Amino acid sequence: MSRVHVTTTVNGDETEFLCDPRETLLDCLRDRLNLTGAKEGCGTGDCGACSVTLDGRLVCSCLVLGVEAEGREIGTIEGVAQGDELHPLQRKFIEHAALQCGICTPGILVAAKALLEKSPDPTEEEVRYWLAGNLCRCTGYDKIIRAVMDTAAEMREAV
Amino acid sequence: MEYHSPASFDEASALAAQAQGVTRFLAGGTDVLVQLRSDLVTPDTLIDVKRIAGARDITRNADGSWTLGVAVSGAEMREHAELGRDWPGLVEAMDLIGSTQVQGRATLAGNLCNASPAADSVPAMVAAGVRVTITGPDGTRQAAAEEIPTAPGKTSLGKGELVSALHVPARGDRGGDAYLRFIPRTEMDIAVVGAAVNLRLDGETVTEAWVSLGAVAPTVLLVEDAAAAIIGTTLDDAALAALDSAARAACSPIDDKRGTVDFRTEVAGVLARRAARFAYARAKGDAK
Ligand SMILES: Cc1cc2nc3c(=O)[nH]c(=O)nc-3n(C[C@H](O)[C@H](O)[C@H](O)COP(=O)(O)OP(=O)(O)OC[C@H]3O[C@@H](n4cnc5c(N)ncnc54)[C@H](O)[C@@H]3O)c2cc1C
Ligand code: FES
Ligand code: FES
Repeated sequence: MSRVHVTTTVNGDETEFLCDPRETLLDCLRDRLNLTGAKEGCGTGDCGACSVTLDGRLVCSCLVLGVEAEGREIGTIEGVAQGDELHPLQRKFIEHAALQCGICTPGILVAAKALLEKSPDPTEEEVRYWLAGNLCRCTGYDKIIRAVMDTAAEMREAV
Repeated sequence: MEYHSPASFDEASALAAQAQGVTRFLAGGTDVLVQLRSDLVTPDTLIDVKRIAGARDITRNADGSWTLGVAVSGAEMREHAELGRDWPGLVEAMDLIGSTQVQGRATLAGNLCNASPAADSVPAMVAAGVRVTITGPDGTRQAAAEEIPTAPGKTSLGKGELVSALHVPARGDRGGDAYLRFIPRTEMDIAVVGAAVNLRLDGETVTEAWVSLGAVAPTVLLVEDAAAAIIGTTLDDAALAALDSAARAACSPIDDKRGTVDFRTEVAGVLARRAARFAYARAKGDAK
């Protein structure tokens, strides 16, 4: 099977990899680019652990092929903190203990960041619907929702 | 698997016409990739339609009708305020599909051509009178949305044919549409029954109507008897009762873990009534 050469931008950096056309973007990120932040929970679009942005749009990277990334912009959890400085969402997740095992956390952070960029003042209902495709087996969601609402409030004050 | 990303529909059609074995088109991939990953269908040839010029455009034509590209995602439809004002039922039906992440990718064309009887946007498309342009080896042709699925997972598209655009009629005055589905939870599930109604009023009287049901037969149905039951009425209780029984009479559902034949049939009547009331209120301007 011939490999395909893909050139793409990940978290602002141009990068390239070779992949089989059947490989998902999730596998390419993890196995070819060593970006293991996005997780595989289900592999079928149900859990959101693999969430990334593709040209700014939130998607499940397990339902995108690596070859589709050609010429596109990918955003992953690795691009959320600025060096050692955590994103307000990351700080608030720690403060509110909005994670336990952490498997769902990268996907939820990427998803929540996409929400706050689109909607800086979301209602709790909006947050719950937006994150309905991000499953968490540990926290029971309440702390996650509180952390997102609190981050939104803090970020609104900052501007 | 060979992956192609053609620049035109003619090229996509030619690739599909020449391909051996299993061919799939790749729009949002939310069915194709799930089937690939679960080893249900591994295409020999995969033809990505997203880089074809115009495939991502939402266009309002001079006569008020809409042309939607085959790679327009649910999220893009949802963000288009004007489209949502004209066809709220169609936009909401599409929006019911999957999560935010799935919405970022899933398309109307993919939902239609995947040919699931429970596809949520399809009853709304059928009730709205959506037509599609099909590009094939012999040029282009048009078909109504309800002519595309022929059985679960099967379509009327021939070898080398693909949908190249979707056409939504002009909304016009005093029209409204609505789609409702029943699922056991509030998000992320497959419709047990879906019902779409699109109608137009003159004063308080329904002058035109289309009723479509999903998940109650091998394909999505356009139920003419159900439309006839409300045309010429003010959607009074008698008309709603007639609509309910016409909708139930059209059902030939399966029994499965999601619902029995009796349950699906009953719910089809209930949802048809509710969707009709909702579309009626929208047509009058009483609801958004
Ligand atoms: C987590 C999850 C939840 C979901 N929830 C729902 C739901 O609630 N309701 C629902 O109805 N569906 C649901 N789906 C299924 C799926 O998201 C929809 O059917 C979606 O609309 C498919 O669109 P797509 O663009 O992703 O199609 P793709 O996967 O790209 O394609 C689907 C099929 O259509 C064909 N096709 C695509 N474009 C064309 C074209 N232009 N011409 C000819 N053939 C074409 C492909 O060959 C393929 O057979 C869900 C899926 C997931 C993963
Ligand atoms: S791994 Fe992609 S949604 Fe679960
Ligand atoms: S913290 Fe364990 S799955 Fe969410």
